[in-house]
Amino acid sequence: MAEPRSTIWETMQERGHSRRDFLQFCAYAATLAGIAPAAHGKVAEAFEKKARPPVIWLHFQECTCCSESFIRAEHPVVADVLMDAISLDYTETLQAASGHAAEKCKADTMKAYAGKYILLVEGSVPTEADGVYCCIGGRTALDILKEAAAGAAAVIAWGNCASYGCVQNAKPNPTGATPISKLIGKPVINVPGCPPIADVMVGVVTHILVFGRPPELDAQGRPKEFYGRRVHDTCYRRPTYDAGMFVETWDDDAARKGYCLYHMGCRGPVTYNACAVTKWNERTSYPIQSGHGCIGCSENQFWDNGPFYQHLPSFPGFGIESTADKIGLAAGAAAAVGVAAHAISTNIRKRGLIHEHVAESVTENKSE
Amino acid sequence: MDAIKAPSYRRIYVWELPVRAFHWINGICILLLGVTGYLIGRPFAVISEQEASFQYWFGTVRFLHFAAGYLFLINMLARIYWGFVGNRYANWKQFIPTRRKWFTEVADVLRVDVLQTRVQGKIHIGHNRLAGFIYFLSFWVYGFQALTGFALYAAMSPSWIGRAAAAVIPGTWNDMGVRQWHHAGLWFFVLFTIIHVYLVFYHDYVEGRGTTSSMVGGWKFEREDYFKS
Repeated sequence: MAEPRSTIWETMQERGHSRRDFLQFCAYAATLAGIAPAAHGKVAEAFEKKARPPVIWLHFQECTCCSESFIRAEHPVVADVLMDAISLDYTETLQAASGHAAEKCKADTMKAYAGKYILLVEGSVPTEADGVYCCIGGRTALDILKEAAAGAAAVIAWGNCASYGCVQNAKPNPTGATPISKLIGKPVINVPGCPPIADVMVGVVTHILVFGRPPELDAQGRPKEFYGRRVHDTCYRRPTYDAGMFVETWDDDAARKGYCLYHMGCRGPVTYNACAVTKWNERTSYPIQSGHGCIGCSENQFWDNGPFYQHLPSFPGFGIESTADKIGLAAGAAAAVGVAAHAISTNIRKRGLIHEHVAESVTENKSE
Repeated sequence: MDAIKAPSYRRIYVWELPVRAFHWINGICILLLGVTGYLIGRPFAVISEQEASFQYWFGTVRFLHFAAGYLFLINMLARIYWGFVGNRYANWKQFIPTRRKWFTEVADVLRVDVLQTRVQGKIHIGHNRLAGFIYFLSFWVYGFQALTGFALYAAMSPSWIGRAAAAVIPGTWNDMGVRQWHHAGLWFFVLFTIIHVYLVFYHDYVEGRGTTSSMVGGWKFEREDYFKS
């Protein structure tokens, strides 16, 4: 058996953090997970007494932007502690071990903590050609995922790749890239985004650490606390939307004044994420604040909903430039032309009938 | 001497008040929804020196769309109800061709409309069988538009209708797709209106049964001999 694992408080002490640092961390983590201040004591208690859960972080078809985002969590204490707190036992990009040693480390964790470890998955899994498009250590991603998921206490899908398939899954999807929720028979916590917001990732992990269970999820498996509202609903440019003040070209006066980017293809009204609330890079900004519309990177199939600078996507099957409006207008014009032609032809072909009608009226008049 | 004998006509009360009211309320709603919906999809920017706090034109357009959406839905439900309690011309069974001779009439109407031949058999006094079937299909589009519209509305309103609609939509559909199809639905109404209005005029012109005015007063006129055979 593996040795008993230390708690977060013990780990922090080992690393020379004070009690104050620890409580700061608890308060921060609790706030991120949306816990009321009155219950912050419980969080501290949990971090004092609960053993750190072992974590396995798998990388498949991805670009590592989720990892990059995660290590940039806002609070230095969180960034520092959480990486230790969650006791990352296996992650290809950050671990010191490599080769057989690394694989053994993962195998040991899965064996010793079966049913207890948290599985984090970054990237989609290819299913075409028996999954040969992504192999690690001589095994396919699908094989590795199924083995790791079997004994996991909770499975989190990091980013749009693992949640929805992202760009690999865009048409025509040559590798058969598949979201992990479709491959394992377990509930998956989807944390979409390309990448997801660091503080959201930390918030989800914290929630599991504190409560020992996943946060409340919506129909698409996303935590409601972070994906419950549209970017549009929390956007600081929203008043200009309601007022009808829109940017119409990237260099017009409205763009300079920071009006609504709806016209420029902003996906804020159809995207569920916390960008406008938590913002990015230590609350510096988020895309709309920086003057560019949201591209909806946390939404299913966002690559196929292009072009990004058109808020109604091109219509499937009619080429890139054809929106529903262009097709509809063409059909409407065709109908109008058809109707006009029909009206002309009616007066020619039905001449006899019309004469009959008139003749009827004439006889009626005569008989009076 | 006169080969053509003046036929006598009988007056039939076809469209009851609730049917006529549904028709015109529906028409007004569709016009309003179409115009505001198009503007929501493709708004024009207001050029103004005023701050955003003093303006609300786009908000007003959206409000009109949502309000008309509610009216459209309730009106539609009322019409479905009337399909069970109204007269024989309003009955729901008028909209689904089931019997063999109904299909014969559909084919006849198609020949009259497209090839512009003479009417062979009888054209039904209420909706002709082809029109009835097209309205049946239209009701599915109405339902689709109401469903997708209210599902999109759920994101900005606590209304239970919105939440119920959003719950019916598959969880894997995102708002972008729902919005796209809801928008595409607008063009169905454009096409429908062009063809519907034309065909009313056309049938009135070639049949002379008072089709156009029937939706105002409720009366249609039919030759006496129609009832004999």
